[in-house]
Amino acid sequence: MYETHYHRASSIQDAVKLKQAAEEGKYLAGGMTLIPTMKQRLAAPTDLVDLRHVAEMRGIKVTGKTVRIGAATTHSEVASSAELAAVCPAICGLASHIGDPHVRHMGTIGGSIANNDPAADYPSAMLALDATIVTDRREIAAGDFFTGLFETALEDGELVTAITFEAPAKAAYQKFANPASRYAMAGVFVARRDNGDVRVAVTGAGSNGVFRHRDMEAALSSNWSPDALASVTVDASDLLSDIHADATYRANLVKVMAKRAVAAA
Amino acid sequence: MGVEGIGARVARKEDKRFLTGKGRYTDDMSVPGMKYAIFVRSPYAHAKIRSIDAAAARAMPGVIDVLDGKQLLADGIGNLICGWMIHSKDGSPMKMGAWRPLAHETVRYVGDAVAIVVADSIAEAKDAAEAVVVDYQELPVVTDATKALEPGQPQLHPEAPNNLIFDWQIGDPAATDKAIASAAHVTEITIHNNRLSPNPMEPRATLGIYDGGDDHYTCYTTSQNPHVARLVMSAFYNVAPENKLRVIAPDVGGGFGSKIYIYPEEIVCLWASKRTGVPVKWTSDRTEAFLTDAHGRDHLSTVKMAFDADNRIIGLKVDTTANLGAYMSLFSSAVPTYLYATLLSGQYDIPAIHANVRTVYTNTAPVDAYRGAGRPEATYLLERTMETAARELGVSPAELRRVNFIRSFPHQTPVIMNYDAGDYEASLDAAMQASDWNGFAARKAEAAKRGMKRGIGMSCYIEACGIAPSAAVGSLGAGVGLWESAEVRVNAVGTIEVLTGSHSHGQGHETTFAQLVADRFGVPIDSVNIVHGDTDKVQMGMGTYGSRSGAVGMSAVVKALDKVEAKAKKIAAHLMEADESDIVIENGELKVAGTDKTVPWFQMALAAYTAHNLPPGMEPGLKEGAFYDPANFTFPAGCYICEVEVDPETGVTKIIQFVAADDFGNIINPMIVEGQVHGGLAQGIGQALLEGVHYDPANGQLLTASYMDYAMPRADDLPSFTVSTSNTPCPNNPLGIKGCGEAGAIGSPPALINAITDAIGNNRLTMPATPQKVWAAAHAAN
Ligand SMILES: Cc1cc2nc3c(=O)[nH]c(=O)nc-3n(C[C@H](O)[C@H](O)[C@H](O)COP(=O)(O)OP(=O)(O)OC[C@H]3O[C@@H](n4cnc5c(N)ncnc54)[C@H](O)[C@@H]3O)c2cc1C
Repeated sequence: MYETHYHRASSIQDAVKLKQAAEEGKYLAGGMTLIPTMKQRLAAPTDLVDLRHVAEMRGIKVTGKTVRIGAATTHSEVASSAELAAVCPAICGLASHIGDPHVRHMGTIGGSIANNDPAADYPSAMLALDATIVTDRREIAAGDFFTGLFETALEDGELVTAITFEAPAKAAYQKFANPASRYAMAGVFVARRDNGDVRVAVTGAGSNGVFRHRDMEAALSSNWSPDALASVTVDASDLLSDIHADATYRANLVKVMAKRAVAAA
Repeated sequence: MGVEGIGARVARKEDKRFLTGKGRYTDDMSVPGMKYAIFVRSPYAHAKIRSIDAAAARAMPGVIDVLDGKQLLADGIGNLICGWMIHSKDGSPMKMGAWRPLAHETVRYVGDAVAIVVADSIAEAKDAAEAVVVDYQELPVVTDATKALEPGQPQLHPEAPNNLIFDWQIGDPAATDKAIASAAHVTEITIHNNRLSPNPMEPRATLGIYDGGDDHYTCYTTSQNPHVARLVMSAFYNVAPENKLRVIAPDVGGGFGSKIYIYPEEIVCLWASKRTGVPVKWTSDRTEAFLTDAHGRDHLSTVKMAFDADNRIIGLKVDTTANLGAYMSLFSSAVPTYLYATLLSGQYDIPAIHANVRTVYTNTAPVDAYRGAGRPEATYLLERTMETAARELGVSPAELRRVNFIRSFPHQTPVIMNYDAGDYEASLDAAMQASDWNGFAARKAEAAKRGMKRGIGMSCYIEACGIAPSAAVGSLGAGVGLWESAEVRVNAVGTIEVLTGSHSHGQGHETTFAQLVADRFGVPIDSVNIVHGDTDKVQMGMGTYGSRSGAVGMSAVVKALDKVEAKAKKIAAHLMEADESDIVIENGELKVAGTDKTVPWFQMALAAYTAHNLPPGMEPGLKEGAFYDPANFTFPAGCYICEVEVDPETGVTKIIQFVAADDFGNIINPMIVEGQVHGGLAQGIGQALLEGVHYDPANGQLLTASYMDYAMPRADDLPSFTVSTSNTPCPNNPLGIKGCGEAGAIGSPPALINAITDAIGNNRLTMPATPQKVWAAAHAAN
């Protein structure tokens, strides 16, 4: 790790200011992605602005069906929130399968979506739940937020402060874990609204990161059942191939995970 | 056996230290003035070094010095060597290319060391390492062994045209070809044994200390065999004469073979300590471990197994290409030859065998022994072939094996080995019973109702431990003898120290070796200390690998105990005015049989050291040493059965049960033996399902350089194991021990792959059987 300067932010405003003042600053949330990258000398921020002590960025609030999760809320807090489980257990289940207990007690939802790893779990939930990403300066629809591999709509210095969404009628997430890293090799989040709208979001598989599968959404809108997916084809040409899984196999997994998610919802 | 003697299930003495974080590993060592080393490593798999400019790095804060390969050469430090000479079938010696501890002309794999930076802190050393400017001229790369032999491929070493190191054979080609020509059935199969990364929990580390006052060196290192390290560093690398070099391998956190070898880092840190005048410590990080620890396996073989009309094997022909990586590591040549092809008879009476083995240089990390070393490759090849043959012949896999089992001992195979004892059917029966083999069809039908494909597979393995005797291995090319040593010191108060040339790095020697003493003298194991791993304390020894500590190391202890016992009886007889032949030792006392006369053990020991009243002419003291050279290998064997369920939608394999029935000969501590089997099974299952080293064939970059991409088995990948033993004592050593350290890793991969291929009805599947491969095979035509 190269030498760096540590700052502990006390408020959202403070965090943004500290970052602005820094030469090559970075926000530090759980550090589960950033710190290993720094240790391998692949990142060299001059300054770290620690977000974990910003009270207004922490915690989960459920009002009726409206959910607000502070960006600095850890995966374990999401996994174990009874309030959240009452309206959207699928996101609790998703969080409970991220990494291992150490990672879940440190890693945060804001860090995960800001990082937008193509194999991360949360981005699929954000897309399928039609969540809104709240920043220090604006609100961004999830559909506009994830723009590519490790790429987001965030501007330089923009801070994710919370995410909000309306709890769906039914939802579930099914993840096929990479045997080595246990990140998603194919993860599918399905959600159905009271009005019958369906969203299917796929992570871990797309060669451009998380994406919605419109054909599955259409099939499930008219018939919410695993069988409805039988005739849908998943095009392998847009999917990732690596030493763990080629695109053809990933295409199969996307369909199988989608069917299982619908069955579990 | 007593509560702490041979056969007792004693909790490991060393675990208190390990489980409470009190272990002392090489990286825990710290001496005044110590500095830290970082190695500058090649980012290319193959390149010429045009120049190295370290001027800027040397000027950086905290930097003591930056040293390179030209300086190392100028100081007369020798090449790394391979310690086992193999001759090709044309009689020519193996073609060993030069391996410099720091490359100064050519780098041949990603991670090849080119310079060492010594600095006040690791961070400063890393900063400086980045500032060392190495001008590389990239060369074309080859990573696959079969391809490396083809014409027109990149050449690694001028000494080895076409990258061929040797082309060796064993057995009788004519007799084997004749058997195949006359066979009623020939099973043909291609077998790939995947390359593995060893992954001990503790990465390699070394601390080199040069003392200018005495012109003396101390080397702390993560070694399985510190005396061999000292011998090799003295005799071949010109680091220092043996009397000026002390090698200490303190607690070592796992090795699995990868810490047998002498690597560049130990040599370079010792040399750098002299050059810089400061003690120099280096600890590998996990990325360096993936890049530079010697890998295991990486064989590609074609097999022909010939059967007569009664399903008896009449011939076996094997052609193997083994990838040895960029350089020949210390025992790399022995693994795919004498540790592999000599086991190709398996548990079967095969009249004719011929194996041809070609070893090849490629732009990958060196490959050497890894848990099992050659025997897993032989077992996987044979047991996959037997299963395939059973399917082709339409007979049950158990019956095909029974028909071919060796049933009388000793048995001379056509490939050197002389099996001394065994009962293969006993293990097969035990495993079939424990797994309820006969109830499998019902379980398969039930699984099918749930949409799952259930399969069952077996593997009947044999292996060879305690590689020996020294004269025999010497005649086969070994550069060392393979005996072991022990010294037993009885202190004046009766407590006992056992100095052994074996080295424990997870095996539990501190407990099992003490159990031998407890058994012999009836003293508590807490009064026995096992001393190992320090060339200044312990007499010359050969270390631990090849499951040799029990069969060879303990046999040396037994010989030394015999001498101690004889002298102790003489002293006791003198003290009690009895005949020494009437003395028995029990419960910490020496007694005159049939009387109530006793002398406590400690009193006898005190008498030996006060020397006030010893038999006339007897030397004072009680300390005896022994060297033991075994008469033969030992031959553990067993039968493993694995039952799996495959999810045809995803290709995920779930292990429903894993049964291991082993014959390890006599057992000193069943709990430790079970632990060794469990660990071995976890590694074998890791190889079969999860693990595999991948290089990018285009540029030789290691694609599996972290746990993000290299899949290690986790607890939830494994079932609870059902293990048992049915033992035939080894007739060739005093304790009747065979060895248990590697069996699990040797026997398990074929059982798993046989089970999966049975489940999916397609025999074409390679390790690791990842979900993707299993899914593809399940949906492809056989
Ligand atoms: C062993 C291991 C296993 C893992 N397994 C999984 C898994 O199975 N599934 C999965 O999805 N993830 C997994 N992860 C990743 C984990 O979820 C991380 O916590 C997450 O990706 C990053 O969150 P963090 O809070 O640690 O962010 P950090 O590492 O602190 O930051 C990551 C990046 O986001 C930026 N950032 C952080 N917070 C904000 C913010 N509020 N606004 C703007 N930018 C911000 C940082 O500047 C940095 O660039 C794993 C990680 C590890 C170490």
